[in-house]
Amino acid sequence: MPLLKVTIDNIEVEVEAGTTIMNAARKIGGSVVPPAMCYYSKLEGSGGKCRTCLVKVAKGSSKDTRPMPKLVASCRTLVQDGMVVENRTSPEVMENRRAITEFLLLNHPLDCPVCDQAGECHLQDLSYEHGLEETRTEEDRRTFEPVDIGELIKLHMNRCILCYRCVMVADQITDKRVHGVLGRGDHSEISTQIAKAVDNDFSGNMIDVCPVGALTDKTFRFKSRVWFTKPFDAHRGCTKCGGKTVLWMKGDEVLRVTGRKDKYGELEEFICNSCRFEHKETADWVIEGARNIERHSVISQNHYEKLDLPENAVEGK
Amino acid sequence: MQKLTDRSIVVSDKNMTFLEKIYIPAITKGMFITLKHFFRKKATISYPEQKREFSEIYRGQHVLKRDDLGRERCTACGLCAVACPAEAITMIAAERKPGEENLYREEKYAEVYEINMLRCIFCGDCEEACPKEAIFLTDRIVASEYKRNPFVYGKDILVEPLDPAKRIDVSKRQTEAVRKFKEIKRFAHNK
Repeated sequence: MPLLKVTIDNIEVEVEAGTTIMNAARKIGGSVVPPAMCYYSKLEGSGGKCRTCLVKVAKGSSKDTRPMPKLVASCRTLVQDGMVVENRTSPEVMENRRAITEFLLLNHPLDCPVCDQAGECHLQDLSYEHGLEETRTEEDRRTFEPVDIGELIKLHMNRCILCYRCVMVADQITDKRVHGVLGRGDHSEISTQIAKAVDNDFSGNMIDVCPVGALTDKTFRFKSRVWFTKPFDAHRGCTKCGGKTVLWMKGDEVLRVTGRKDKYGELEEFICNSCRFEHKETADWVIEGARNIERHSVISQNHYEKLDLPENAVEGK
Repeated sequence: MQKLTDRSIVVSDKNMTFLEKIYIPAITKGMFITLKHFFRKKATISYPEQKREFSEIYRGQHVLKRDDLGRERCTACGLCAVACPAEAITMIAAERKPGEENLYREEKYAEVYEINMLRCIFCGDCEEACPKEAIFLTDRIVASEYKRNPFVYGKDILVEPLDPAKRIDVSKRQTEAVRKFKEIKRFAHNK
């Protein structure tokens, strides 16, 4: 099968047929990649909900050179041969992304000082980059009380942006889903029917896939801000999952265990609840070493790490 | 003897005269200078009875403010600690329990909040970083101590008293422009 040529932001890339624009952009990497709040490459059928990844298709294909009439969701649109896509180079896309960010924040509370996700929140990053500084609406935001769904997970429906990722995790990696989206339109909410507990062995992955702080780890609740903890790659022999995790440590104390996330914030491997919630002793784990943190991240604050120097750099005094 | 450098000076070692030998003129001259200082304006003041005039935005001891209803404003977000260049601030957060709504403004609060006054450089970055207007630097001077331990100030010293009469006024630190800005509803994020 011949490879298809796509141009994204003037960078040409060759991909297989059936690839989405998002994945073609990820093949290039860097700033060309559109942000995604709902798309998750490990979850089948995810994407198309948040609209943050909308891009402009300036040329449909080499056969039909007309541009697409509207901005398209790059996570759901397949590439065609000769397609020309504009992401960061199109003012229309950037303007639209600002508007979408404002939409996502319509009902999202500004409670980052309280939220456990702050510092590693995708919505925080997105609004920092594209959002407005002020709120233009006068109406009150919709509010819910925080709910315990099971012993280990706290649901803050206020913060949810209805990306459906947690629902897909429950559908695709656990055998029985007990929570979902109730209601329609503005009334939609993530919920368990009649306050039923989520107690599957892999339910903790809902926390990791949540792009905002709607689903948080109750064992880590308010323990520390993420930027005061230091992440270490670690593993243990686990019978249920791969056992490859990240330990978030403060001194010798393991405050939180999560799965390993790649640069798009997606888990490399789903981990089981036993690894995530029950093994919080350093002795339980084989620590592989400190995890690399991007320098612009708030998590890198107050961590004095070696700078990335070129191979032949001269040692300073 | 051969000179080591050409910059050496020969010190004269002449004998003193009679007047110089009795020392009295030199002593009276010295005493007169000392005596003159008794009648000069003093450089010191008797603190704490007397206090100097401070700048309105003098950066002294911190205060953790309460809001109008007497609830603590601090929500232990950790931004002051991360902004602190001297790493003087530490905190441990806790969750507000039902029934404590009159004590803490938000769902989360600082159970322990400590500032090491020996580390603090009084730069005011914590005040600037605070999203909840909880921490302010005031014109109070940090008291001196005989030991190092009491310089780690906890919430008992930092949080302002509940009594409205004993509240610490920080209105001078908030300019009129800032207060006006907060009145505009569309900027009010903290709903």
